[in-house]
Amino acid sequence: MVWRHIARTLRHGPLTLPAVPADEAATQALAERLHATSQRLLGRSLSIRQVDAGSCNGCELEIQMLNSIVYDLERFGLRFVASPRHADVLLVTGPITKNMHEALVRTWNAAPDPKFVVAVGDCAIDGGVFKGSYAITGGVDSAVPVDLVVRGCPPTPAALLDGLRILIEANARA
Amino acid sequence: MSAADLIRAGAPQPCQPWPRHLLTTEGWQAMAVALATTPSVELLGLWADTREVHALFHETTDGAFLLASVAVEAGWYPALSPVRPAAAWFERMVHDLWGHSAADGLDSRTWLDHGKWGQVAPLSARPAASLGAAEPLEFLTAEGEDIHQIAVGPVHAGTIEPGHFRFHAQGETVVRLEIRLGYLHKGTLGLMRGKSPRAAARFAARLSGDSTVAHSIAFAHAAEAAAFAEPPPRARALRAVMAELERIANHLGDCGAICNDAAFPFLLARYGWHRESMLRAAATAFGHRLMMDCVVPGGVALDIAPEGPAAILGALALLERELPNLLRVYDDYSSLVDRMVTTGIVEPPLAAAFAAGGFVGRASGRSFDARRSPGYAPYDALAFGVPVLTEGDVDARVRIRIGEIRESTLLLRALLAGLPDGALSVPLPMTSGEGIGWAEGFRGDIWHWLRLDGGQIASAFMRDPSWLQWPLLQSAIRGNIVADLPLCNKSFNCSYSGVDL
Ligand code: SF4
Repeated sequence: MVWRHIARTLRHGPLTLPAVPADEAATQALAERLHATSQRLLGRSLSIRQVDAGSCNGCELEIQMLNSIVYDLERFGLRFVASPRHADVLLVTGPITKNMHEALVRTWNAAPDPKFVVAVGDCAIDGGVFKGSYAITGGVDSAVPVDLVVRGCPPTPAALLDGLRILIEANARA
Repeated sequence: MSAADLIRAGAPQPCQPWPRHLLTTEGWQAMAVALATTPSVELLGLWADTREVHALFHETTDGAFLLASVAVEAGWYPALSPVRPAAAWFERMVHDLWGHSAADGLDSRTWLDHGKWGQVAPLSARPAASLGAAEPLEFLTAEGEDIHQIAVGPVHAGTIEPGHFRFHAQGETVVRLEIRLGYLHKGTLGLMRGKSPRAAARFAARLSGDSTVAHSIAFAHAAEAAAFAEPPPRARALRAVMAELERIANHLGDCGAICNDAAFPFLLARYGWHRESMLRAAATAFGHRLMMDCVVPGGVALDIAPEGPAAILGALALLERELPNLLRVYDDYSSLVDRMVTTGIVEPPLAAAFAAGGFVGRASGRSFDARRSPGYAPYDALAFGVPVLTEGDVDARVRIRIGEIRESTLLLRALLAGLPDGALSVPLPMTSGEGIGWAEGFRGDIWHWLRLDGGQIASAFMRDPSWLQWPLLQSAIRGNIVADLPLCNKSFNCSYSGVDL
């Protein structure tokens, strides 16, 4: 059954979204910053560890879509890994809850240097709508240093893809 | 007197659409005694405000919904957990947020409060500064030969929400699983206080992102009940369009993810593609893939785009064409079915004891659906089926989802064929009042309660379906192998953020 299905999909061609060039200005800015800190990572391939540090799960839903056949993250040399010890990039969502603060810091410490932190979603930038709550410490930068932000509530998979590709482009240039 | 009569004997307090009965401590205790011998009265939720503890019950014999309250005296109220085990997590939450303790409760350990807030009982009238570091949480134990513990989380291996899972295992077999949540506590209920329903709706929409539409609808219903407002028919119909789209998109995501956890990524790829096509249709129709903030108290924030109906119908047609094939693939692979069938069983009596809703309840013999009972417009004028199975395993939870996808497809077609004309919203009057609202999300029945004081929220509570489903996961995994936890967990797909508040 499944073979018949696969044969059919061969006929209608790929469903994957065509890639557009990464945002030049943001790429250049990040490349210069990386250059200045000589924080060059190896090659053009990055391993990503996602950490939900307080999200409503909306951001996770869209991050998960990056693995779908439509966005197919791996064609850009980016892949999700299960352990922070294998990660070059931490993709962090949510306002940082006080109850997750320590777990996030520990995850960051477990990731080998050099590493990038990408704050995903409006909450991750400064706490978003949850700003001022007794239960949060703020955006991701209230716990760990942030290299790049991807805005949106939640960011669309296309926006996430753009953000992550800036990372890989800048990394290659630095 | 029956438990229901004992509740009705309490002084009625004005709450819409049902009065809330304020019981004396003795009356509440008598109710608890009666509940012990009346399984037909199901506990749907337990929460509090600064002075009282509230409970919502469903008398299944006559279909009545009952609200009961008891005043907290010197910090205590009589526990319900000895007669309704589902109350245990709620009692721990009420203690951590409002500081009210359940006398003779089953479990007095902390829940949301991990000792990090710098204060205790943040929603109480006068939160006290916390006294230093928290006690490390004690986990329930298991004894026997060769028992070992496995600790997982809060940071999990995949792109999912955080929580701590503590296993006691004997070899490969799980003897006990205890789940510890609260990591996502954002203080949402506190942030809603003092805000207008319109402003607070943004928090209801962000309690659990995957159910943003359903939670927004339940919240709007509660606010509209409290303020005696009636949203226009077009708004009600558009809300239902969004809710059914959300249900289909989530079920598609779940079906793919469950099969993927049984090492069958082909179905993840195909279901994932259809999920994407639903989200795109939602974006075309309502300007946002998850339709966040599109439902507001009083109506909807925007009309469906002119090209919206065609986009939705197009996505549904593609899905309908492929769905039978995907089901055949699922049925054809004995290695896949072998992982699903008889894995993670929830026996029907246990599902009933916890009043579990959604696919967890329906896979274990329960037909409860908030769209039918108590019901709400526009579903009262629409015909739809609610699939029910009794096997209670992972396979049944998958098949319920498929059945619901089909029903929602029919509902969407009917809704789009007859969208009423007219206004999109009505303004909410700046009044004082109390209301309870509900909606059927993809996980099950959602309940919101709020009290308005001069047009602002004085107190609120949001009950996600997962409150009554998480404890069943702890039971379902018992006797299964550790490696089947991801599969069982995905088949439940409970919300972490939804219960962490
Ligand atoms: S940015 Fe939006 S979607 Fe993401 S966690 Fe915050 S509220 Fe949820």
